[in-house]
Amino acid sequence: VTPFAIYAFTAVLLFTLGLHRLVTDANLLRKVLSVNVMGGGIFLLLVATAYRNRSPLPDAVPHAMVLTGIVVAVSMTGFSLILVRRLEAETGKVVLDEIEEDS
Amino acid sequence: VSGVPGVSGLVLLEAWPGPGALASLAVLLPVAAALGTFVVPSRRGLLSAGVFAGATWLVTLGIAIQVASQGVQRYALGGWQAPLGIDLYVDGLAAVMLVVTASVAVIVSAYAAAYFPHHDPAQGRGFWPAWLLLWAGMNALYVSADLFNLYVSLEVIGITAVALVVLGGRRAAMVAGLRYLLAAFAGSLAYLLGVALLYADLGTLDLYDASLTAGPAAAVAGGLVTAGLLLKTGLFPLHFWLPSAHSIAPGPVSPVLSGLVVNTSFYLVVRLWLQTDSPPDEVWGAQILGLLAVIAIFWGGFGALRQRRLKLLIAYSTVSQLGYMFLLFPLAAEAAGRPHAWAGALYHAGAHALAKAALFLAAANILRSHGSDRLTELRGTAENLPLTAFAFGAAAVSLVGLPPSGGFVAKWYLVQAGLRSGQWWIAVLVLAGGLLTAAYLGRAGRFFFVRLKSPLAGSYEPLPRVTEWATLLLALAALAAGVVAAWPLELLAVGSPFGPLPTE
Repeated sequence: VTPFAIYAFTAVLLFTLGLHRLVTDANLLRKVLSVNVMGGGIFLLLVATAYRNRSPLPDAVPHAMVLTGIVVAVSMTGFSLILVRRLEAETGKVVLDEIEEDS
Repeated sequence: VSGVPGVSGLVLLEAWPGPGALASLAVLLPVAAALGTFVVPSRRGLLSAGVFAGATWLVTLGIAIQVASQGVQRYALGGWQAPLGIDLYVDGLAAVMLVVTASVAVIVSAYAAAYFPHHDPAQGRGFWPAWLLLWAGMNALYVSADLFNLYVSLEVIGITAVALVVLGGRRAAMVAGLRYLLAAFAGSLAYLLGVALLYADLGTLDLYDASLTAGPAAAVAGGLVTAGLLLKTGLFPLHFWLPSAHSIAPGPVSPVLSGLVVNTSFYLVVRLWLQTDSPPDEVWGAQILGLLAVIAIFWGGFGALRQRRLKLLIAYSTVSQLGYMFLLFPLAAEAAGRPHAWAGALYHAGAHALAKAALFLAAANILRSHGSDRLTELRGTAENLPLTAFAFGAAAVSLVGLPPSGGFVAKWYLVQAGLRSGQWWIAVLVLAGGLLTAAYLGRAGRFFFVRLKSPLAGSYEPLPRVTEWATLLLALAALAAGVVAAWPLELLAVGSPFGPLPTE
């Protein structure tokens, strides 16, 4: 088992766990966190790819991708959290099913 | 000029009037307009945004003419070659998508400029920056050849589209928006994981160098990328977020979501499956996509039949119409009739954009004038809003696929492809789907022409004249797409993996 395989396996595991929680958990805050766990898995895979790629120096392309990916993930997370907070302020709830039952 | 390296401002000049300059302008102009309306949210800011929007439309026409006369255009942005640089790539398909997007965008912008001051000035301030950035994101997606740059475009499209859905600020809009945001977010992450795997496996980020059949890792990557994009475009069974988000959005937003945004992810699936070096007849999932497409056509169609509100009905229609586009994959799996499949499915994407945008604008007119879009309360629409009712009818003709309309041309080629490839059942399903479309649109439209006799039916407020004319213009464009089909069809064949349509 190569180090890359360990990283890749962990990355896919994180992605899958996040996806599972995103689908099964109705709590909006936990949904947003789950998406971030999925993202963390991908960034792990990309960083490991940069190390693996043949030359003694790490590959700069996956690094650039992770940096941009983090910026995107932070913006998306911030935007989701604002929406969750506004829903909570209006309904007092953060669980999607309960909010829908009310309306 | 080429003797002055490192001066980024000169890159545009250096490339002028090459492919890089026009393709960059198609992205830069809407971004500039978005920033302008954000900093100067006054009437003056809006006017300059209008000038920028018109200029963007001209730029996309310029790109189309360039591609038609000189063939496929490829350009390394800023002179940086791959893998660090980002390549722009424009062929006939990209050019057609850019022109359709810009045409709908310009008309919807004119509509919105009259709609928001009249109905809801506060919403208008939020609308312009988000909408123009969305347009820039779509253009960026159509001209990018870099898988990661495409990811960023997808996210720009996703975040601005959700911002537009929640503009209304009502609870139901925020719930629909959050659902949409989480689906879009998860979809882009699945795409990104696929891209990461592809890069780890093949060492390239070039869309046109990637191969989804290079081995098991590439196949897994291809599956992830495809699943993510299907979730973002809303193909059955991943359409759960689509009807609520598209129908609850403000009047000028629904047409761009349902007409334009759904095309972006579909376009990427086409690129990844058919235009990489994976031969289409070996693509394992073509029949699965075909099955989903057929279910989508009928699931969405029967869903539309069951709706009681006009905007929801039109949103379910999008679930159904997306199916026709994805018929491209099973049709392209057989060698015979491939050029017809390419022409039919992609012409459908363009014709649907025009017709669907017109339908949603018509629905917005009715909702604003009448206060309700419940089907049973639409009596008297033809009397009170004749232009809107006529636009609805004209757009419906195209969506059903009756001649002479863009929808007819699209379905003609889809049926041809089905017959030529020996998949006659696809031809039958295309025609049956047309009947279903006629049924659900007719169910809504028949109320328009019931005369308003009782005072119970409610009243109609007058609308700003521009909104009704813009609706009509879009509907007529959907019809005109059937009359002037030769040039766009020829353009679609430029750079097509299947070559031009055979001349008979």
